[in-house]
Amino acid sequence: MEHFSSEKPKNQAAAGQLIYRQSIWTRVTHWGWAVALFFLLLTGLQIFNAHPNLYIGAESGFGYDNAILRIGAENTPDGPLGFTTIFGTKFDTTGVLGWSGDPPRAIGFPGWATIPSYYDLGTARVVHFFFAWVFVGSIAVWLVASLINRHAWRDVVPGVWDIRALPRDVIDHLRLRFHHAREYNVLQKLAYAGVLFALFPLMIASGLAMSPGANAILPWLPDMLGGRQTARTIHFVVMLLLLGFFLIHMVMILAAGPLNELRSIVTGWYRVDDAAEKERGR
Amino acid sequence: MSRLMVNRRKFLTGASVATAGFALTGCDAFDAYLGPDAKTRQVLEGANDLTYRVQRLLQGRDALAQEFGEADIRQPMRPNGVTKPEDKAYQSLLADNFADWRLEVTGLVEKPMSLSLAQLQAMPSRTQITRHDCVEGWSCIAKWTGTPLSLVLDQAVPKASARYVMFDCMDTIERSLSGSILYYGTIDLFDARHKQTILAYGMNGKPLPVENGAPLRVRVERQLGYKQPKYVRRITLIDDFAQIGSGKGGYWEDRGYDWYGGI
Repeated sequence: MEHFSSEKPKNQAAAGQLIYRQSIWTRVTHWGWAVALFFLLLTGLQIFNAHPNLYIGAESGFGYDNAILRIGAENTPDGPLGFTTIFGTKFDTTGVLGWSGDPPRAIGFPGWATIPSYYDLGTARVVHFFFAWVFVGSIAVWLVASLINRHAWRDVVPGVWDIRALPRDVIDHLRLRFHHAREYNVLQKLAYAGVLFALFPLMIASGLAMSPGANAILPWLPDMLGGRQTARTIHFVVMLLLLGFFLIHMVMILAAGPLNELRSIVTGWYRVDDAAEKERGR
Repeated sequence: MSRLMVNRRKFLTGASVATAGFALTGCDAFDAYLGPDAKTRQVLEGANDLTYRVQRLLQGRDALAQEFGEADIRQPMRPNGVTKPEDKAYQSLLADNFADWRLEVTGLVEKPMSLSLAQLQAMPSRTQITRHDCVEGWSCIAKWTGTPLSLVLDQAVPKASARYVMFDCMDTIERSLSGSILYYGTIDLFDARHKQTILAYGMNGKPLPVENGAPLRVRVERQLGYKQPKYVRRITLIDDFAQIGSGKGGYWEDRGYDWYGGI
């Protein structure tokens, strides 16, 4: 098999060499949290629909206004209207947020974006908390494995050399010029480190800060995040950031060569550029 | 230097396949696996048991829910669920300012009791300013005054076989063809004996208003609002709730909410 040969066949010289890039721990945990995040997102939007407002502070203002986001529906002379109010500015979001579906109904996020597709808070919570455990478990396994096999420090956390290479890497990305090497490029490292060491922990912390049971164990946690309702807002904003990461992740994979990228995160084997190999050898 | 240039056609094909896949998945593909009797759902529900065990282990007996100061009470307590019971029995008790109301303490106890509001108020009380967290996602801070449930249990003396405390309420939460359903709920003895678990008759320095559960509601501060019944009339010590309602331990639990509401 080609995999196990260190010598490239001469007639495939241009194709580059297959290298073993991703350990079993990286691959299994990647798919663990990928599946978990899919369900967490869609059940999370369903849970949000039970009270489609976000606030800043310990509590939700009913007698005063501390909301930064409200999604709702209202009757107008032209019929029902879905609206979204962000920091006091109201937008017409009929058909997507506030008023959607067939037949149309008052609902925060539309049925196609939630699990279950109909309104069911109890079921969404059951699914959400199951996958929350899968998510936390995957991260815990990844962290232990990646500290032992040095993946975390060697591959993910950016070093001084990476920061120096940043301007060139940004230009390469803007030109959709991708290098296929064993190492991640610096923008990749920053994105992965940001997700793994900032967004994931913040997601778990803000989730726990919403649990009254966890509050009794970690009473400082909601305060540290600015109160339970601020924690709920953070949980939502981190969701948006992770969604943004996911979209860029998909675009980058498609742009850099989806088959090679997918093979690497499924089997571990990755085809590197000749040029990159030569640069490494210098 | 060899560079891999993006093949535009490949890129567009891949992008449209990915988009179509994503759009398909969100809809109703999973609904069938999540109904009340679906096997998949039963597996997923196991996570609640894990959460319950882990939180109980880490909380220990005494960990308190966060308490706040007077300045944190910035608005009236937000009422939810039934806010004005129309039940005749309740209305006649209310008309008399609950003079004839009694709290029954029964079931697996050595000394069944029947307590008037005055008797409960004569017992030592606890006042706490806490944050009420609704399962829907909102929170509201209020001050609660009431009799610690543990004191009532001490007087009634639960039998060794008692495992749960069940609260029967006076408000009809649902009218169906098979009759009207009164709200009910259960907690374990661990929470029942917790320092902050009180039978509240006062709120924000005044008698408990009707919309918040007059004359008596339970505060279970380490769990969500649906675990804290209002309009309580009876406390029953039980060893199992499988034969009550649909067997899940409460009105909302029978409709798909987790029994443990600490998350």
